[in-house]
Amino acid sequence: MGNLSLFLQHLTNGISLGSLYALIAIGYTMVYGILRLINFAHGDIFMLGVYLTYFGIIYTAIPWWLVFIIAPALTGLVGLLLERVAYKPLRESPRITILISAIGASFLLQNLGIVLFGGRPRAFPVPRILNHVVKVRGVSINVITFIIPVVTILLLIGLTYFITKTKTGMAMRALSRDYETASLMGIDINRIISITFFMGSFLAAVGGIMWGARYPQLMPLMGVMPGLKSFIAAVVGGIGNIAGAVAGGFLLGLGEIMLVALLPRLTGYRDAFAFVVLIIILLFKPSGLMGQSQTEKV
Amino acid sequence: MLRIENLTMKFGGVVACSSFSAEVKRGQIVGLIGPNGAGKTTVFNVITGVYKPTEGQIFFHPRDGETHQLVGLSPDRIAKLGICRTFQNTRLFGQLSVLDNVFIGNHLRLKSNVLSSVLRIPSYAREEREIYEKSLYLLEKIGLQDFKDERASSLPYGMQRRLEMARALATEPKLLLLDEPAAGMNPQETRELTDFIQEIKEEFDLTIFLIEHHMEVVMEISERIYVLDHGVLIAEGSPSEVQRNAKVIEAYLGVG
Amino acid sequence: MNEQRRTRLALLALVGTVLALFLANKYLDDYKIRIINLSGIYVTLGLSMNLINGFTGLFSLGHAGFMAVGAYTVGLLTMPIPMKEMNFFFQPIVPWLANVEMGFLPALLVAGLISAFLGVLIGAPVLRLRDDYLAIATLGFAEIIRVVFTNTQSLTNGALGLKGIPNYTNTWWSWGVAFVTIWFVSFLIRGSYGKAFMAIREDEIAAEAMGINLFRHKVLSFAFASFFAGVAGGLLASLLGTIDPNMFRITLTFNILLIVVLGGLGRITGTVVAAVVVTVMMEALRFLDESINLGFIQIKGIPGMRMVIFSIILILVVVLRREGLLTRLKGREASYAEN
Repeated sequence: MGNLSLFLQHLTNGISLGSLYALIAIGYTMVYGILRLINFAHGDIFMLGVYLTYFGIIYTAIPWWLVFIIAPALTGLVGLLLERVAYKPLRESPRITILISAIGASFLLQNLGIVLFGGRPRAFPVPRILNHVVKVRGVSINVITFIIPVVTILLLIGLTYFITKTKTGMAMRALSRDYETASLMGIDINRIISITFFMGSFLAAVGGIMWGARYPQLMPLMGVMPGLKSFIAAVVGGIGNIAGAVAGGFLLGLGEIMLVALLPRLTGYRDAFAFVVLIIILLFKPSGLMGQSQTEKV
Repeated sequence: MLRIENLTMKFGGVVACSSFSAEVKRGQIVGLIGPNGAGKTTVFNVITGVYKPTEGQIFFHPRDGETHQLVGLSPDRIAKLGICRTFQNTRLFGQLSVLDNVFIGNHLRLKSNVLSSVLRIPSYAREEREIYEKSLYLLEKIGLQDFKDERASSLPYGMQRRLEMARALATEPKLLLLDEPAAGMNPQETRELTDFIQEIKEEFDLTIFLIEHHMEVVMEISERIYVLDHGVLIAEGSPSEVQRNAKVIEAYLGVG
Repeated sequence: MNEQRRTRLALLALVGTVLALFLANKYLDDYKIRIINLSGIYVTLGLSMNLINGFTGLFSLGHAGFMAVGAYTVGLLTMPIPMKEMNFFFQPIVPWLANVEMGFLPALLVAGLISAFLGVLIGAPVLRLRDDYLAIATLGFAEIIRVVFTNTQSLTNGALGLKGIPNYTNTWWSWGVAFVTIWFVSFLIRGSYGKAFMAIREDEIAAEAMGINLFRHKVLSFAFASFFAGVAGGLLASLLGTIDPNMFRITLTFNILLIVVLGGLGRITGTVVAAVVVTVMMEALRFLDESINLGFIQIKGIPGMRMVIFSIILILVVVLRREGLLTRLKGREASYAEN
């Protein structure tokens, strides 16, 4: 195998990992944009999405492609419920309070995962159609590696349409630009926030399914690392900015894979890469690559 | 004492203040007036370092032969040089006691380091006692000594405004910036405030720059007045000159 | 101005604790003594986190990382030289550490100082930024520490961890450090610097306008907190005798956060009580996770149940107390409002 084909293999791997980070990061960035809240539980919502899919395929007769739609929808509902229970009562409270609640929610989901699903890893039942290796000019690549970016791009197109063309989407943008004014203009804030949580969780679950197909080992704590890294992707891209979250996701995914590929000695440090990037970004461009800095009104 | 030269402040595309120049002389009380949204508070925010101006310079002479360029300095540095302020919508340390609010105003003049404060070495204990007494004195001055252990946020609005002034005085300013000190006060309180401002000016040897909506306050105590409208200086002069100025009447007095 | 009464109460608490520890050491079994030790260590940890999160109003989630630094420092500095050779069979230890063996107290101090230094190093870039970035950056820092410690074979023995760290920690050490921390934090908070920290928590813009250098004070608060977290990590290492990088996951930080929230952000006595209660509860509820064999019947535990309960408690406390997390009742407030 030549150097070029090896490089291409890494590139596709990086793009597919980046797509997953991007999908999860969108949920973070949308919630942050409106509520200025780091939804720490988002990574665990992602985990829940994978498990719901797992149970849907293993224990029901529903065809797998339908499960791939039902499970994210259910996950979306859980996300919506989470906001109602753990965040909504705290909307007027100091920010530190709601952050603590978010961490509590994250731990609750993780440990509920351990209680309900067991701590032992489970194997994700990847549908055969998504799980075979093709050889393209000597480079062997799993089909899922191609499917992931394609699905991601389709979802992004849908999301962009929703945000820019529908009334709800525009209300969402208004809320994230100026919460106070928008709330005075008769926008139903609760509805918009619920929809935001639903969509963010839905996308995370879709990301989760593809994650399961790519790395088919399920564990209740599997959401922690992808969650943190995706949040970092959102910060790197400029938090509150959806395009930024996507860019940040691809950047981190590619960076991580390339680090391991080009500097195999640093493989053990793979999980630290995102955090190093985070700290560099915070140092030199705290508003992120595509974000604008904000000034507090005095 | 303070010289503002060609100050321009833009937020994105919005010009909050454009080539504004002004001077506040030692021992004067100078007023800054203008309709809502005229950019008055922006001027204060730039002087105190909260915002960095797009253009312009600000010079501060706390004493003879000493000049500081304020642009580019951080708010805490500017406070240490001797400029302190109150806020349009009060910004007290709400959960802390009334006394602590004033106590904290003294912190910037503290000489002891943090370890001597934890170990409570004699020199720190002495310093703290002095701060404590000075804070009590300031509370008496504003008539809040009986409320010293109350939480600051539990005070009625008028008292909160006075507490903010006491806190600012604790920093030992040379120049005091008051942002609408009479806001929300009735005529009786307003009169008391006017006397109070003059009193503290004498006692603490202050120079005062104030933003105010109550015309009778500004006209009575200011020696000089600047009028801003839409970020542009439209008039300056003594109270009577400003009152006669056609532009001012049109932009401001005429409407009100 | 109840200075005298307060000093008397503090002395009473001190004497009471000394007496209780004395009796405990005489009559209780090893397992219970261990819980007492853990309680003391959690008191230190709770206060250290409360200093940043409760008093200064910053949101830091890096405690597990600082504890790891402290734990490894103490482990490597106190371990007898032959024991080091046995531990590092995979790859020999770096030469400058191979022949070091020092007493417990200096090792604890070094642990605290290194931890504080790292605190400043990580704090400096992020403390300039909005508060929630601090949360994620400190969390990230803790993760980086864990990853680094897993990979630096010749320094930390990697994933194998350290075994045979001498057990210096006893109830006197753990509670002695706890009392020093209580004393330190109370005096700090009552003094001018502590009040400045609280001013920053209340309103950064006003604090800065009053001449308080935000950055310097935040870094100061952060450095003190990391110092005590490092020392507590050292105590823990010496108590357990065995450490590895995976001990220092965010779960550990979560436990401390639970203590701080239950005890009250910005409250000292509450934190001390909560530290003891939470530590004892963690042990008391262990049966939920583990199977118990009563001889005639086997009760199956459900792993994770314990943490589910604690997470629910945390959320409930936060949601029910809402604003109350930072406010305190009048009268109780006076306890530190006065001089």
